[in-house]
Order: sequence, then structure tokens, then C-alpha cells
Amino acid sequence: MSSTRPEEHVTDLDRESTSETDPRHAEGAPVAPSPPIIAPEARAHAATATRAVGVRLDELRAFYGSAEQVRGIDLDFRANEVTAIIGPSGSGKSTVVRCINRMHEEIPGAHAEGRVLLDDVDVYGAGIDVVAVRRAIGMVFQKPNPFPTMSIFDNVASGLRLTARRGELHEKVERALRGAGLWDEVSGRLSEPGAGLSGGQQQRLCIARSLAVEPEVLLMDEPCSALDPIATLKIEELIEELKQRVTIVIVTHNMQQAARVADRTAFMLDGGLVEVGPTQEIFTKPTDPRTEEYVTGKFG
Amino acid sequence: MSAPGATAKLLDRCAASPARRRRDRLARGSVLAATLLALVPLVLIVYYLLKKGLGAWSGDFFTTDPTGNTFFKNSDIGGVKSAILGTIEMVALASAIAVPVGVGVAVWLVEYGRNGAFANTVRFFIDVLTGVPSIVFGLFVYITLIVGTGTSYAGWKGSIALSLLMLPVVTRSAEVILTLVPGELRESALALGAPRWRVVGRIVLPTALPGMVTGILLAVARAAGETAPLLFTAAYTHETTTNLGSFMNSLPVQIYTDVTSPTPRIVERAWGAALALVTLILLLNLIARLVSRRSRLA
Repeated sequence: MSSTRPEEHVTDLDRESTSETDPRHAEGAPVAPSPPIIAPEARAHAATATRAVGVRLDELRAFYGSAEQVRGIDLDFRANEVTAIIGPSGSGKSTVVRCINRMHEEIPGAHAEGRVLLDDVDVYGAGIDVVAVRRAIGMVFQKPNPFPTMSIFDNVASGLRLTARRGELHEKVERALRGAGLWDEVSGRLSEPGAGLSGGQQQRLCIARSLAVEPEVLLMDEPCSALDPIATLKIEELIEELKQRVTIVIVTHNMQQAARVADRTAFMLDGGLVEVGPTQEIFTKPTDPRTEEYVTGKFG
Repeated sequence: MSAPGATAKLLDRCAASPARRRRDRLARGSVLAATLLALVPLVLIVYYLLKKGLGAWSGDFFTTDPTGNTFFKNSDIGGVKSAILGTIEMVALASAIAVPVGVGVAVWLVEYGRNGAFANTVRFFIDVLTGVPSIVFGLFVYITLIVGTGTSYAGWKGSIALSLLMLPVVTRSAEVILTLVPGELRESALALGAPRWRVVGRIVLPTALPGMVTGILLAVARAAGETAPLLFTAAYTHETTTNLGSFMNSLPVQIYTDVTSPTPRIVERAWGAALALVTLILLLNLIARLVSRRSRLA
């Protein structure tokens, strides 16, 4: 828990007991420090530019059957920042993000222990609805996967329809597509199948789909690994913009990508957190020799 | 690498050998022969159906019921109207029972039961049911719904027998198609905060629909062509009826009755009925294919 910002989380421990039973507690919690600096153009373009909430992992353990894949992690994802998780294959990066929106438990035999605090609500707490957690914490997957039976419009609207939150559907779809930087490319053909777009566009469509339900946090599990460099660049620029509204956690294999997009970077190895800090520091003067070896390409 | 003999050796290794070419030709020839052999009965069936069946398709073949009058050589034997309508009615009711239940079981197996002990037990019994001869379903309904209740034959009892026959076919084929729906689609829908039943209804089932239609059609076609489950459940009658509580005629039973007749004209009607049955299934196939193709794009 070396990474905790004292001014923001000093009260978390005091609140634990109540927050576990009352999911609404967070809304009334007087945690908000000074609002993050929002670029003026972003503020003008999106009325939704708001302060998102952070996520904190507290002794998070994740299991597949009896095999422990994530071995007790304390990690802080700060509000309106991009945090990258890097590490070699099998180090548990994806498992960690899948624990944050409780997708991990969808795998038969898998379960997680410890706490994941969204602001200061434990998403694993008693009385917490898994479905509500996933509405607050969106996710973008490795492979672009628009729903094949749906048009572009319906894909973006699907989250709203699936969660039975309609009303101003068109407006919300447009806002989400603009947010994902896709509006100009698809506004004339919203009724065409989503699967007809290019790979990069499909991935931005998936981002728009996640944004449409207005999550607080966006998890991205290697979102560019199936994309070409130009599409990757677009997504990276988009991430930069998106952090005005949401807190972003991005898992990546690509260290350059982490260096380009992340404010802070966490390095994982064998299911444990080795080090976390400002991206600049992780890549230039890491404190742990294993981090140094990894970022300089000695293994992984 | 660049030793002088190396290129020659490589060339030798890659050269076409006559023996290999012969083996290839032999293999290709034998699978082609198997294909042609399988085509022979298929072509013959279609040929005889058309030749003999079309002859029976005269004026009032589709508009009159069988008269049962075969006493005189020139007496009017009637058509197969009651058989066609009876088949449509009974198969429709059987599908209305078997398709929702079968798809429901498949959804449960794939989305909820997964590889649990109970799910695997259910799978095992479905496999057993698939192998049960159709006459056993007829017998089962006969014993339980006719002998057991002390009542008479009825169209709906035939439908029950047919639906039992369809159920394992629908379930197994739907299950296979549902497992083919990519897991990532379910995951991304769940990650949007959708409850599982909505994910199934809005994402999984629409994606699987075209494939499921094929399996359902297979089951419908099989049910429409079955004689044994209907013989002692819906029995045989001449009259057209829309009352599923009474005796009901059907194409397979009509064919069975006609083909055992000593009167050549009646046997000819059996051919006509057989052609009608095949055409009916073909039409159904075409319609369902069109519908499912449309819904995929929508």
C-alpha cells in the first residue's frame, strides 16, 4: 500500500464497516478533494467531463480452482488517471483487472478474496449486486467483439438496452460514439452491421459501447494487441481524452504503450505486485532490480 | 549450406514421385466412388417419387379426403387433404411443445449447468433418448395416455409422441450451436452490466438463431415423416378435422395404409402422398432459411 495517497484515502479504514453493507454510501461520502485539472477543450466538448472515482485493491487474491494466480495485491488506481499494468505472460495482469469488475468469477471454479474498493465501496461486499458493479466499471477486451447480430447503433445502445436504461437513446449513443472518436466515421451508416467495420473501428465501437452506460472506471485488457499501429495510435489518443471522464486501468504487453499512455505503471510478476509508481520513474529509475530487468528487456 | 551437392539433393527430395502420384489418384478416386455410390439411391428416390407421385397429383388430390371406397375399379378413392392438414396440425403442436422446451434445456445446459454432475446426467439421458426407436415413443403414449386413461386415440396424443421424438434432437443441436457462440460475446455483455438472462435473450440466442433453425428443421422433418408414433396414438381416419381431440389422419399413416392396399390406384396415391410429404418439408426448409437469413442481418 505504498502507493496510497494519504489525503484521499485517509478515511477509508474508518468507513469500511459501513461501506460494505451500504453500496450507496459512496455517493454521499465527502471524499472529493480538489477536482482534477480538465483541459479546457475537453470541458467544452463534453458536458460529461466529471470527476470519476478511483479503485483500490486491498489484499486481493484470485484463484482458479485451488491455484492461486494473484497472491495478495495492494494497489491504488487513482481517479481520472491512466494506470498501466505491465508484466510477463502469466503474471496475473488480466486476472487482476477481471477481479475489479467481478468478471473473474464467471470462469467456472474461479473466485477472488480480499477487497476491491470502488471509491470506498467494497465490490465484493455483502449486499452488492454484481450487475450494478459491472455497470459502474466498464471493460474493453483484447479482441474487438461487437455483437454480430447488431448494427453500429444497436451495438452502442446494447448496454443501455441490456440494462434497461433507455430514454434519450439517440443522444446517448451519439455521445458515446463521439467519446470514442468514432462518430465522424460512422454517423452516416449507423444501421450497418457493427461487424463490418475495420478492426480498429470495431475496438472503438466496443469502447463506445462501454462508455454508453457511463461507467466510472474503464478496464482495458490489452485493447490494442489485435490492432495495427495506426489503429493503436488512435486508441491511445482516445485513452488520453477518456481519462477526463473515467478512471482507466490498462493491461498491456507493450511497454512502449504503457510509457505513452499511463500516468502510473504497476509491474507484476508471478501473481504479485513488484512495484508501482509514476510511469516515468518505473521506466527510468525503478527501485526493484526485477523491474529494471523487465523494462530493459532482460526477460519477459 | 551452400555445398555443391545440396541443391541437387533438395531438388531430389521435392521431385514429384510417380508412386506418390498414383497413391493420391487412388485415394481421390475412392472417395469420389463413395460419393457417387451414395448418390445412386438418392437420385433413384427422387426419380421414382417424381415419376409415380406426379401421376397421382391429379385435380382433386389436394382438395378431397380419402373416401375409403375401393370396392369398384372405377370408384372415387379421393385425395389426401385430411392427411396433409393432419400432419401440419400435429407437427405444429409437437413443435410448439418440443422447440421451447428443447431450446430451454439447451440454454440451461450451456449457460447454467455447464459441466456439473446434473448437467452431464441430463446430457446422457438426452443421448439415450436420441437413440430410442420412434415406435417406443408411440408405445409410451399409447400406454400412458390411451390405455392408462381409458380414452381413445386423438391428434394431440400423436403430437405428444412426436414432441418426445423431437425433444432430444432439438436439444442436442441447439446445445451444439449455443456452445459455438463465442464466449467473448457473453463476457462483453456481462461486463456491460447485463443480467445473465438478458445476455442469453439479447445476445446469445439471436447469434445462435440461424444455426438453431437448422437443427429445429431437422427435428420437424423427422417428426413429419414418422409413422410409428402416430399409428396407435392418432390412428387413421378419412375426414379432415381441426379437432386435435379426435382421430387424425397424417401423411405417413396415409402412405402406410395405402401402400398395403391391393388396389393399384390406392398404391399410386401412396406415391402421391410421399411426394407431397417431401415437398412439404422442402417448402418448410426454404421458408425457415429465408426467415433466419433475414433475421441475421437485422
